[in-house]
Amino acid sequence: MRDVAIISFAQTKHARAITDANEVEMLMPVVREALDGAGVGMDRVGFTCSGSTDYLSGQAFSFVMTLDAVGPWPPIAESHVEMDGAWALYEAWVKLQMGEVDVALVYAYGKSSPGDVTEVLTRQLDPYFLAPLWPDTISLAGLQTRALLETGRVREADLAEVAARSRRDALSNPYALLARDDSPDALLAEPFIAEPMHKWDCPPITDGAAAVVIAAGDVARELSSRPAWVRGIDHRIESQGLGLRDLTTSASTRLAGEKAGVASAPVDFAELHAPFTAQELILRESLGLGDDVAINPSGGALAANPVMAAGLIRLGEAAARITRGEGNRAVAHATSGPLLQQNLVCVLEGE
Amino acid sequence: MSDLLLPPSLEGVEMVRSVRTPAHLDYSYTPGRAMSRFLTGLAEKKIRGQRCPSCGKVYVPPRGACPTDGVPTEEEVELPHTGTITTFCIVNVSFYGQGMEIPYVSALVLLDDSDIPLMHLVQEVPYDQVRTGMRVEAVWVSDDELKPTLESIKWFRPNGEPDRDASTMRGNA
Ligand SMILES: [Zn+2]
Repeated sequence: MRDVAIISFAQTKHARAITDANEVEMLMPVVREALDGAGVGMDRVGFTCSGSTDYLSGQAFSFVMTLDAVGPWPPIAESHVEMDGAWALYEAWVKLQMGEVDVALVYAYGKSSPGDVTEVLTRQLDPYFLAPLWPDTISLAGLQTRALLETGRVREADLAEVAARSRRDALSNPYALLARDDSPDALLAEPFIAEPMHKWDCPPITDGAAAVVIAAGDVARELSSRPAWVRGIDHRIESQGLGLRDLTTSASTRLAGEKAGVASAPVDFAELHAPFTAQELILRESLGLGDDVAINPSGGALAANPVMAAGLIRLGEAAARITRGEGNRAVAHATSGPLLQQNLVCVLEGE
Repeated sequence: MSDLLLPPSLEGVEMVRSVRTPAHLDYSYTPGRAMSRFLTGLAEKKIRGQRCPSCGKVYVPPRGACPTDGVPTEEEVELPHTGTITTFCIVNVSFYGQGMEIPYVSALVLLDDSDIPLMHLVQEVPYDQVRTGMRVEAVWVSDDELKPTLESIKWFRPNGEPDRDASTMRGNA
Protein backbone atom coordinates (compact mmCIF):
# COMPACT_ATOMS: atom_id res chain seq x y z
CA MET A 1 0.00 0.00 0.00
CA ARG A 2 1.17 3.53 -0.77
CA ASP A 3 1.14 6.11 2.01
CA VAL A 4 -1.47 8.72 1.16
CA ALA A 5 -2.17 11.90 3.12
CA ILE A 6 -4.63 14.76 3.21
CA ILE A 7 -2.44 17.82 2.70
CA SER A 8 -4.95 20.65 2.23
CA PHE A 9 -8.54 21.46 3.12
CA ALA A 10 -10.86 24.39 2.45
CA GLN A 11 -14.55 25.03 3.00
CA THR A 12 -17.13 27.75 2.55
CA LYS A 13 -18.42 29.87 5.37
CA HIS A 14 -21.61 27.84 5.56
CA ALA A 15 -24.96 29.59 5.36
CA ARG A 16 -28.66 28.81 5.56
CA ALA A 17 -28.98 29.93 1.94
CA ILE A 18 -26.30 31.23 -0.39
CA THR A 19 -28.58 33.10 -2.76
CA ASP A 20 -26.12 35.38 -4.52
CA ALA A 21 -23.90 32.63 -5.96
CA ASN A 22 -24.65 29.60 -8.10
CA GLU A 23 -22.88 26.30 -7.42
CA VAL A 24 -19.85 27.18 -9.57
CA GLU A 25 -19.47 30.61 -7.97
CA MET A 26 -19.79 29.04 -4.51
CA LEU A 27 -17.28 26.29 -5.25
CA MET A 28 -14.58 28.12 -7.19
CA PRO A 29 -12.95 30.02 -4.28
CA VAL A 30 -12.94 26.83 -2.18
CA VAL A 31 -11.21 24.79 -4.89
CA ARG A 32 -8.70 27.61 -5.38
CA GLU A 33 -8.01 27.83 -1.62
CA ALA A 34 -7.45 24.07 -1.36
CA LEU A 35 -5.04 24.07 -4.31
CA ASP A 36 -3.21 27.13 -2.96
CA GLY A 37 -3.03 25.48 0.46
CA ALA A 38 -1.25 22.53 -1.12
CA GLY A 39 0.89 24.86 -3.24
CA VAL A 40 -0.14 23.15 -6.47
CA GLY A 41 -1.91 24.14 -9.68
CA MET A 42 -4.16 21.91 -11.75
CA ASP A 43 -1.06 20.91 -13.77
CA ARG A 44 0.12 18.84 -10.80
CA VAL A 45 -3.29 17.31 -10.06
CA GLY A 46 -3.46 13.86 -11.66
CA PHE A 47 -7.04 13.05 -10.73
CA THR A 48 -10.12 15.04 -9.77
CA CYS A 49 -13.15 13.55 -8.08
CA SER A 50 -16.32 15.22 -6.82
CA GLY A 51 -19.39 14.36 -4.79
CA SER A 52 -22.82 15.98 -5.17
CA THR A 53 -26.38 15.16 -6.11
CA ASP A 54 -28.60 16.49 -8.89
CA TYR A 55 -31.62 16.18 -6.59
CA LEU A 56 -30.53 19.16 -4.49
CA SER A 57 -30.35 21.56 -7.44
CA GLY A 58 -33.16 19.88 -9.38
CA GLN A 59 -30.95 19.84 -12.44
CA ALA A 60 -29.75 16.82 -14.41
CA PHE A 61 -25.96 16.47 -14.76
CA SER A 62 -25.44 19.54 -12.57
CA PHE A 63 -22.03 18.16 -11.55
CA VAL A 64 -20.77 18.53 -15.13
CA MET A 65 -21.39 22.27 -14.98
CA THR A 66 -19.54 22.66 -11.70
CA LEU A 67 -16.39 21.34 -13.37
CA ASP A 68 -16.14 24.93 -14.62
CA ALA A 69 -14.83 25.72 -11.14
CA VAL A 70 -11.77 23.54 -11.73
CA GLY A 71 -10.64 24.59 -15.22
CA PRO A 72 -10.60 21.16 -16.85
CA TRP A 73 -8.31 22.15 -19.75
CA PRO A 74 -6.18 20.56 -21.09
CA PRO A 75 -8.54 17.60 -20.49
CA ILE A 76 -8.27 16.18 -16.98
CA ALA A 77 -8.82 12.70 -15.53
CA GLU A 78 -12.06 13.18 -13.63
CA SER A 79 -14.82 11.26 -11.88
CA HIS A 80 -17.93 11.97 -9.85
CA VAL A 81 -19.90 10.11 -7.19
CA GLU A 82 -23.58 10.79 -6.55
CA MET A 83 -22.65 10.56 -2.86
CA ASP A 84 -21.05 12.57 -0.13
CA GLY A 85 -17.60 13.83 -1.11
CA ALA A 86 -16.01 11.46 1.42
CA TRP A 87 -16.65 8.71 -1.12
CA ALA A 88 -15.05 10.85 -3.81
CA LEU A 89 -12.00 11.00 -1.54
CA TYR A 90 -12.12 7.21 -1.25
CA GLU A 91 -12.14 6.88 -5.04
CA ALA A 92 -9.19 9.30 -5.27
CA TRP A 93 -7.36 7.31 -2.58
CA VAL A 94 -7.84 4.14 -4.67
CA LYS A 95 -6.52 6.01 -7.72
CA LEU A 96 -3.39 6.99 -5.81
CA GLN A 97 -2.98 3.40 -4.65
CA MET A 98 -2.79 2.38 -8.32
CA GLY A 99 0.41 4.39 -8.48
CA GLU A 100 -0.23 6.35 -11.67
CA VAL A 101 -0.85 9.72 -10.04
CA ASP A 102 0.57 11.39 -6.92
CA VAL A 103 -1.83 14.28 -6.30
CA ALA A 104 -5.64 14.33 -6.40
CA LEU A 105 -8.25 17.05 -5.91
CA VAL A 106 -11.51 16.12 -4.19
CA TYR A 107 -14.44 18.46 -3.82
CA ALA A 108 -18.06 18.32 -2.77
CA TYR A 109 -20.90 20.79 -2.60
CA GLY A 110 -24.52 20.97 -1.70
CA LYS A 111 -27.07 23.74 -1.73
CA SER A 112 -30.06 22.56 0.25
CA SER A 113 -31.82 25.90 -0.13
CA PRO A 114 -33.29 25.60 -3.67
CA GLY A 115 -35.76 22.88 -2.64
CA ASP A 116 -37.23 21.41 0.52
CA VAL A 117 -34.32 19.18 1.52
CA THR A 118 -36.37 17.11 3.98
CA GLU A 119 -38.63 16.14 1.04
CA VAL A 120 -35.86 15.88 -1.54
CA LEU A 121 -34.07 13.26 0.56
CA THR A 122 -37.14 11.00 0.52
CA ARG A 123 -36.15 10.23 -3.08
CA GLN A 124 -33.23 8.11 -1.83
CA LEU A 125 -35.59 5.69 -0.09
CA ASP A 126 -36.73 2.39 -1.58
CA PRO A 127 -39.03 3.32 -4.46
CA TYR A 128 -41.83 0.80 -3.80
CA PHE A 129 -42.68 0.81 -0.13
CA LEU A 130 -41.14 3.87 1.48
CA ALA A 131 -40.54 6.65 -1.05
CA PRO A 132 -44.25 6.83 -2.03
CA LEU A 133 -45.01 7.75 1.62
CA TRP A 134 -42.64 10.77 1.44
CA PRO A 135 -41.38 10.36 5.02
CA ASP A 136 -39.30 13.47 5.67
CA THR A 137 -35.82 13.20 7.18
CA ILE A 138 -36.87 14.48 10.61
CA SER A 139 -39.69 11.92 10.87
CA LEU A 140 -37.29 9.11 9.97
CA ALA A 141 -34.70 10.35 12.46
CA GLY A 142 -37.54 10.45 14.99
CA LEU A 143 -38.11 6.72 14.49
CA GLN A 144 -34.42 6.05 15.04
CA THR A 145 -34.24 8.32 18.08
CA ARG A 146 -37.34 6.71 19.58
CA ALA A 147 -35.91 3.23 19.03
CA LEU A 148 -32.65 4.26 20.71
CA LEU A 149 -34.40 5.86 23.70
CA GLU A 150 -36.50 2.73 24.17
CA THR A 151 -33.40 0.55 24.54
CA GLY A 152 -32.78 2.41 27.82
CA ARG A 153 -29.10 2.90 26.87
CA VAL A 154 -29.67 6.58 26.19
CA ARG A 155 -31.71 9.32 27.87
CA GLU A 156 -33.07 12.51 26.37
CA ALA A 157 -30.52 14.42 28.47
CA ASP A 158 -27.71 12.60 26.62
CA LEU A 159 -29.10 13.91 23.34
CA ALA A 160 -29.22 17.45 24.74
CA GLU A 161 -25.57 17.09 25.83
CA VAL A 162 -24.61 16.23 22.25
CA ALA A 163 -26.44 19.26 20.87
CA ALA A 164 -25.12 21.67 23.52
CA ARG A 165 -21.53 20.50 23.10
CA SER A 166 -21.70 20.68 19.28
CA ARG A 167 -23.07 24.22 19.29
CA ARG A 168 -20.54 25.33 21.89
CA ASP A 169 -17.57 23.82 20.03
CA ALA A 170 -18.79 25.50 16.86
CA LEU A 171 -18.14 28.88 18.52
CA SER A 172 -14.45 28.37 17.71
CA ASN A 173 -15.18 27.28 14.13
CA PRO A 174 -15.51 30.37 11.90
CA TYR A 175 -17.11 28.28 9.11
CA ALA A 176 -19.96 26.87 11.23
CA LEU A 177 -23.53 28.04 10.84
CA LEU A 178 -25.08 27.20 14.21
CA ALA A 179 -22.73 28.25 17.02
CA ARG A 180 -24.01 29.26 20.43
CA ASP A 181 -23.69 28.53 24.10
CA ASP A 182 -26.84 26.73 25.25
CA SER A 183 -27.07 24.66 28.41
CA PRO A 184 -28.47 21.14 28.01
CA ASP A 185 -31.19 22.06 30.52
CA ALA A 186 -32.25 25.03 28.44
CA LEU A 187 -32.40 22.81 25.36
CA LEU A 188 -34.50 20.22 27.18
CA ALA A 189 -36.99 22.92 28.12
CA GLU A 190 -37.66 23.68 24.45
CA PRO A 191 -40.83 22.17 22.95
CA PHE A 192 -40.79 19.12 20.69
CA ILE A 193 -41.15 19.72 16.95
CA ALA A 194 -42.28 16.10 16.56
CA GLU A 195 -41.84 13.95 19.63
CA PRO A 196 -39.20 12.71 20.45
CA MET A 197 -37.46 15.27 18.25
CA HIS A 198 -36.49 18.75 19.35
CA LYS A 199 -35.25 21.28 16.86
CA TRP A 200 -31.80 20.93 18.41
CA ASP A 201 -31.73 17.21 17.56
CA CYS A 202 -31.61 18.23 13.90
CA PRO A 203 -28.94 19.83 11.74
CA PRO A 204 -29.37 23.36 10.36
CA ILE A 205 -30.35 23.43 6.69
CA THR A 206 -27.10 24.48 5.07
CA ASP A 207 -25.56 25.56 1.76
CA GLY A 208 -21.84 24.97 1.41
CA ALA A 209 -18.88 23.34 -0.27
CA ALA A 210 -15.51 21.84 0.60
CA ALA A 211 -12.34 20.76 -1.17
CA VAL A 212 -9.43 18.57 -0.17
CA VAL A 213 -6.08 17.79 -1.77
CA ILE A 214 -4.52 14.38 -1.15
CA ALA A 215 -1.04 13.28 -2.12
CA ALA A 216 1.11 10.17 -1.95
CA GLY A 217 4.37 9.48 -0.13
CA ASP A 218 7.26 11.88 -0.68
CA VAL A 219 5.09 14.22 -2.73
CA ALA A 220 2.89 14.72 0.34
CA ARG A 221 6.02 15.35 2.47
CA GLU A 222 7.30 17.84 -0.11
CA LEU A 223 4.00 19.76 -0.22
CA SER A 224 3.04 19.72 3.47
CA SER A 225 5.01 20.34 6.64
CA ARG A 226 2.77 17.89 8.47
CA PRO A 227 0.62 15.63 6.26
CA ALA A 228 -2.34 13.83 7.82
CA TRP A 229 -1.70 10.25 6.76
CA VAL A 230 -4.59 7.94 5.89
CA ARG A 231 -3.68 4.89 7.99
CA GLY A 232 -6.90 3.07 7.22
CA ILE A 233 -10.03 3.77 5.19
CA ASP A 234 -13.04 1.54 4.61
CA HIS A 235 -16.73 1.85 3.83
CA ARG A 236 -19.62 -0.57 4.30
CA ILE A 237 -23.30 -0.53 3.44
CA GLU A 238 -26.46 -2.02 4.94
CA SER A 239 -29.91 -2.79 3.59
CA GLN A 240 -31.92 0.01 2.08
CA GLY A 241 -34.98 -1.34 3.86
CA LEU A 242 -35.21 0.51 7.17
CA GLY A 243 -37.24 -2.33 8.67
CA LEU A 244 -34.52 -4.84 7.84
CA ARG A 245 -31.88 -3.48 10.19
CA ASP A 246 -31.44 -2.56 13.83
CA LEU A 247 -31.61 1.23 13.78
CA THR A 248 -30.15 1.54 17.28
CA THR A 249 -26.70 0.40 16.23
CA SER A 250 -24.59 0.64 13.10
CA ALA A 251 -23.19 -2.68 11.94
CA SER A 252 -21.64 -1.10 8.84
CA THR A 253 -19.82 1.54 10.91
CA ARG A 254 -18.54 -1.14 13.30
CA LEU A 255 -17.19 -3.22 10.41
CA ALA A 256 -15.66 -0.25 8.59
CA GLY A 257 -14.04 0.85 11.86
CA GLU A 258 -12.53 -2.58 12.37
CA LYS A 259 -11.19 -2.70 8.82
CA ALA A 260 -9.78 0.82 9.12
CA GLY A 261 -7.98 -0.10 12.35
CA VAL A 262 -9.67 2.32 14.72
CA ALA A 263 -8.87 0.25 17.83
CA SER A 264 -5.21 -0.46 17.08
CA ALA A 265 -4.06 2.64 19.00
CA PRO A 266 -5.62 5.34 21.20
CA VAL A 267 -7.73 7.97 19.44
CA ASP A 268 -7.19 11.66 20.28
CA PHE A 269 -10.38 12.96 18.71
CA ALA A 270 -13.08 12.00 16.23
CA GLU A 271 -15.05 13.86 13.60
CA LEU A 272 -18.31 11.94 13.19
CA HIS A 273 -20.83 12.73 10.48
CA ALA A 274 -23.97 12.60 12.61
CA PRO A 275 -26.66 14.94 11.33
CA PHE A 276 -28.95 13.99 14.25
CA THR A 277 -28.01 13.83 17.94
CA ALA A 278 -28.96 10.17 18.42
CA GLN A 279 -26.77 9.20 15.48
CA GLU A 280 -23.65 10.53 17.23
CA LEU A 281 -24.32 8.23 20.19
CA ILE A 282 -24.92 5.28 17.85
CA LEU A 283 -21.67 5.98 16.00
CA ARG A 284 -19.60 6.37 19.17
CA GLU A 285 -20.83 3.04 20.43
CA SER A 286 -20.28 1.32 17.07
CA LEU A 287 -16.73 2.67 16.81
CA GLY A 288 -15.91 1.87 20.44
CA LEU A 289 -14.99 5.49 21.22
CA GLY A 290 -14.91 6.08 24.97
CA ASP A 291 -15.59 9.23 26.95
CA ASP A 292 -11.87 10.14 26.72
CA VAL A 293 -12.18 10.81 22.97
CA ALA A 294 -13.09 14.38 22.02
CA ILE A 295 -16.00 14.22 19.58
CA ASN A 296 -16.53 16.74 16.81
CA PRO A 297 -14.31 19.60 17.99
CA SER A 298 -15.47 21.44 14.83
CA GLY A 299 -19.09 21.30 15.98
CA GLY A 300 -19.91 18.57 13.49
CA ALA A 301 -22.91 18.31 11.21
CA LEU A 302 -25.18 19.67 13.96
CA ALA A 303 -23.41 23.02 13.48
CA ALA A 304 -23.27 22.99 9.66
CA ASN A 305 -24.66 20.31 7.38
CA PRO A 306 -24.10 21.03 3.70
CA VAL A 307 -25.58 17.81 2.33
CA MET A 308 -23.05 15.88 0.18
CA ALA A 309 -20.13 17.86 1.63
CA ALA A 310 -20.62 17.36 5.40
CA GLY A 311 -18.87 13.96 5.35
CA LEU A 312 -15.87 15.19 3.39
CA ILE A 313 -15.69 18.12 5.81
CA ARG A 314 -15.29 15.64 8.69
CA LEU A 315 -12.22 14.17 6.97
CA GLY A 316 -10.91 17.64 6.14
CA GLU A 317 -11.47 19.01 9.65
CA ALA A 318 -9.73 16.01 11.22
CA ALA A 319 -6.77 16.30 8.84
CA ALA A 320 -6.44 20.06 9.36
CA ARG A 321 -6.40 19.57 13.13
CA ILE A 322 -3.60 17.02 12.81
CA THR A 323 -1.67 19.30 10.46
CA ARG A 324 -2.00 22.10 13.03
CA GLY A 325 -0.60 19.76 15.67
CA GLU A 326 -3.80 19.68 17.74
CA GLY A 327 -3.81 15.90 17.89
CA ASN A 328 -1.95 13.01 16.35
CA ARG A 329 -4.51 10.26 15.76
CA ALA A 330 -8.05 10.90 14.62
CA VAL A 331 -11.06 8.98 13.43
CA ALA A 332 -13.06 10.64 10.67
CA HIS A 333 -16.43 9.27 9.61
CA ALA A 334 -18.93 9.99 6.85
CA THR A 335 -22.42 8.67 6.26
CA SER A 336 -24.66 8.38 3.24
CA GLY A 337 -28.22 7.23 2.69
CA PRO A 338 -31.11 7.26 5.17
CA LEU A 339 -30.46 6.70 8.91
CA LEU A 340 -26.77 5.75 8.71
CA GLN A 341 -27.29 3.24 5.88
CA GLN A 342 -23.75 3.49 4.53
CA ASN A 343 -20.69 4.49 6.49
CA LEU A 344 -17.07 5.34 5.77
CA VAL A 345 -14.39 5.35 8.45
CA CYS A 346 -10.93 6.85 8.02
CA VAL A 347 -8.07 6.78 10.51
CA LEU A 348 -5.72 9.75 10.16
CA GLU A 349 -2.33 10.18 11.86
CA GLY A 350 0.49 12.69 11.95
CA GLU A 351 4.01 11.60 11.03
CA MET B 1 -45.04 -16.10 -11.37
CA SER B 2 -47.51 -18.99 -11.43
CA ASP B 3 -45.48 -21.11 -9.00
CA LEU B 4 -45.12 -18.29 -6.45
CA LEU B 5 -46.06 -19.61 -3.02
CA LEU B 6 -48.47 -17.37 -1.15
CA PRO B 7 -49.74 -17.79 2.41
CA PRO B 8 -53.33 -19.10 2.47
CA SER B 9 -54.67 -15.70 3.50
CA LEU B 10 -53.46 -14.22 0.21
CA GLU B 11 -54.64 -17.00 -2.09
CA GLY B 12 -56.92 -15.71 -4.79
CA VAL B 13 -55.84 -12.11 -4.22
CA GLU B 14 -55.08 -10.28 -7.44
CA MET B 15 -51.35 -9.81 -8.04
CA VAL B 16 -49.92 -6.29 -8.04
CA ARG B 17 -48.59 -5.83 -11.57
CA SER B 18 -47.52 -2.20 -11.38
CA VAL B 19 -47.55 0.75 -9.03
CA ARG B 20 -47.69 4.44 -9.84
CA THR B 21 -45.78 6.66 -7.45
CA PRO B 22 -45.90 10.22 -8.80
CA ALA B 23 -43.20 12.55 -7.52
CA HIS B 24 -43.12 16.31 -7.66
CA LEU B 25 -40.55 18.67 -6.18
CA ASP B 26 -40.39 22.45 -6.37
CA TYR B 27 -37.12 24.38 -6.57
CA SER B 28 -36.15 28.03 -6.41
CA TYR B 29 -33.44 28.46 -8.99
CA THR B 30 -30.39 30.48 -7.93
CA PRO B 31 -28.88 31.94 -11.08
CA GLY B 32 -25.84 33.36 -9.31
CA ARG B 33 -24.06 36.68 -9.71
CA ALA B 34 -23.05 36.39 -13.38
CA MET B 35 -26.33 34.98 -14.68
CA SER B 36 -28.30 37.52 -12.62
CA ARG B 37 -26.47 40.33 -14.42
CA PHE B 38 -27.29 38.67 -17.75
CA LEU B 39 -30.97 38.20 -16.90
CA THR B 40 -31.51 41.69 -15.48
CA GLY B 41 -29.73 43.03 -18.58
CA LEU B 42 -32.30 41.38 -20.82
CA ALA B 43 -35.03 43.30 -18.99
CA GLU B 44 -33.13 46.47 -20.02
CA LYS B 45 -32.67 45.28 -23.63
CA LYS B 46 -28.98 44.60 -23.02
CA ILE B 47 -27.01 41.42 -23.66
CA ARG B 48 -24.25 41.10 -21.07
CA GLY B 49 -21.37 38.64 -21.36
CA GLN B 50 -18.21 38.22 -19.32
CA ARG B 51 -14.56 38.06 -20.43
CA CYS B 52 -12.05 35.55 -19.05
CA PRO B 53 -9.01 37.37 -17.62
CA SER B 54 -6.82 34.43 -18.63
CA CYS B 55 -7.77 33.44 -22.19
CA GLY B 56 -9.76 36.55 -23.17
CA LYS B 57 -12.82 34.62 -24.34
CA VAL B 58 -16.22 36.26 -23.89
CA TYR B 59 -18.95 33.99 -22.56
CA VAL B 60 -22.68 34.60 -23.00
CA PRO B 61 -24.69 33.76 -21.01
CA PRO B 62 -21.94 34.16 -18.45
CA ARG B 63 -21.80 31.65 -15.59
CA GLY B 64 -19.16 33.39 -13.52
CA ALA B 65 -16.28 31.14 -14.49
CA CYS B 66 -14.15 30.30 -17.50
CA PRO B 67 -14.72 26.56 -18.04
CA THR B 68 -11.26 26.26 -19.60
CA ASP B 69 -9.21 28.07 -17.00
CA GLY B 70 -11.30 27.68 -13.84
CA VAL B 71 -11.01 31.35 -12.92
CA PRO B 72 -13.75 33.91 -12.19
CA THR B 73 -14.85 35.99 -15.17
CA GLU B 74 -15.55 39.36 -13.61
CA GLU B 75 -15.12 41.79 -16.54
CA GLU B 76 -18.53 42.50 -18.01
CA VAL B 77 -18.92 43.01 -21.76
CA GLU B 78 -22.05 44.47 -23.32
CA LEU B 79 -22.58 42.69 -26.61
CA PRO B 80 -24.10 43.87 -29.89
CA HIS B 81 -27.47 42.43 -30.85
CA THR B 82 -26.12 40.95 -34.09
CA GLY B 83 -24.44 37.65 -34.73
CA THR B 84 -23.87 34.71 -37.06
CA ILE B 85 -25.54 31.31 -37.25
CA THR B 86 -22.92 28.63 -36.52
CA THR B 87 -25.29 25.69 -36.79
CA PHE B 88 -29.02 25.07 -36.78
CA CYS B 89 -31.75 22.48 -36.70
CA ILE B 90 -35.06 22.40 -38.53
CA VAL B 91 -37.58 21.10 -36.01
CA ASN B 92 -40.20 18.89 -37.67
CA VAL B 93 -41.47 17.09 -34.59
CA SER B 94 -43.97 18.60 -32.21
CA PHE B 95 -43.65 17.92 -28.51
CA TYR B 96 -45.48 18.76 -25.34
CA GLY B 97 -45.21 22.41 -24.31
CA GLN B 98 -43.60 23.43 -27.58
CA GLY B 99 -45.94 26.30 -28.50
CA MET B 100 -44.39 26.66 -31.96
CA GLU B 101 -45.74 25.91 -35.41
CA ILE B 102 -43.58 23.31 -37.16
CA PRO B 103 -41.33 23.34 -39.06
CA TYR B 104 -39.26 26.01 -37.35
CA VAL B 105 -35.56 26.69 -36.93
CA SER B 106 -33.59 26.47 -33.71
CA ALA B 107 -30.06 27.80 -34.17
CA LEU B 108 -26.82 28.56 -32.39
CA VAL B 109 -26.08 32.26 -32.83
CA LEU B 110 -22.55 33.52 -32.22
CA LEU B 111 -23.08 37.10 -31.12
CA ASP B 112 -20.48 39.53 -32.48
CA ASP B 113 -17.55 40.04 -30.05
CA SER B 114 -18.41 36.83 -28.15
CA ASP B 115 -16.80 33.40 -28.21
CA ILE B 116 -19.64 31.01 -27.47
CA PRO B 117 -22.95 30.76 -29.34
CA LEU B 118 -26.36 31.25 -27.79
CA MET B 119 -29.27 28.97 -28.68
CA HIS B 120 -32.36 30.73 -29.98
CA LEU B 121 -35.07 30.68 -32.65
CA VAL B 122 -34.62 32.01 -36.17
CA GLN B 123 -37.75 33.46 -37.79
CA GLU B 124 -38.89 35.87 -40.53
CA VAL B 125 -37.12 33.71 -43.13
CA PRO B 126 -38.29 30.49 -44.85
CA TYR B 127 -36.80 27.59 -42.90
CA ASP B 128 -35.10 26.14 -45.98
CA GLN B 129 -33.11 29.34 -46.53
CA VAL B 130 -31.43 29.30 -43.10
CA ARG B 131 -27.71 28.47 -43.38
CA THR B 132 -24.46 28.44 -41.45
CA GLY B 133 -22.75 31.81 -41.74
CA MET B 134 -26.05 33.72 -42.09
CA ARG B 135 -25.96 37.11 -40.36
CA VAL B 136 -28.83 37.72 -37.95
CA GLU B 137 -30.10 40.29 -35.45
CA ALA B 138 -32.17 40.00 -32.29
CA VAL B 139 -35.88 40.84 -32.44
CA TRP B 140 -37.01 42.03 -29.01
CA VAL B 141 -40.44 42.01 -27.47
CA SER B 142 -42.03 45.45 -27.02
CA ASP B 143 -40.44 47.55 -24.26
CA ASP B 144 -43.36 47.06 -21.86
CA GLU B 145 -42.98 43.27 -22.18
CA LEU B 146 -39.25 43.16 -21.34
CA LYS B 147 -38.49 40.76 -18.46
CA PRO B 148 -35.37 39.13 -16.94
CA THR B 149 -35.60 36.17 -19.32
CA LEU B 150 -34.15 35.15 -22.66
CA GLU B 151 -37.74 35.32 -23.93
CA SER B 152 -37.27 39.10 -24.01
CA ILE B 153 -35.61 38.28 -27.34
CA LYS B 154 -38.46 36.86 -29.42
CA TRP B 155 -36.12 35.38 -32.03
CA PHE B 156 -33.32 36.26 -34.42
CA ARG B 157 -33.91 37.25 -38.06
CA PRO B 158 -31.60 37.83 -41.04
CA ASN B 159 -30.19 41.36 -41.03
CA GLY B 160 -29.28 41.37 -44.73
CA GLU B 161 -25.49 41.52 -44.28
CA PRO B 162 -23.35 39.19 -46.43
CA ASP B 163 -22.66 35.75 -44.91
CA ARG B 164 -19.66 35.29 -42.64
CA ASP B 165 -17.11 32.68 -43.74
CA ALA B 166 -17.80 29.66 -41.52
CA SER B 167 -14.09 28.84 -41.29
CA THR B 168 -13.58 32.05 -39.27
CA MET B 169 -15.82 30.63 -36.57
CA ARG B 170 -13.91 27.41 -35.97
CA GLY B 171 -13.48 26.87 -32.26
CA ASN B 172 -16.61 28.89 -31.52
CA ALA B 173 -19.22 26.40 -32.68
ZN1 LIG C 1 -10.34 31.42 -19.95
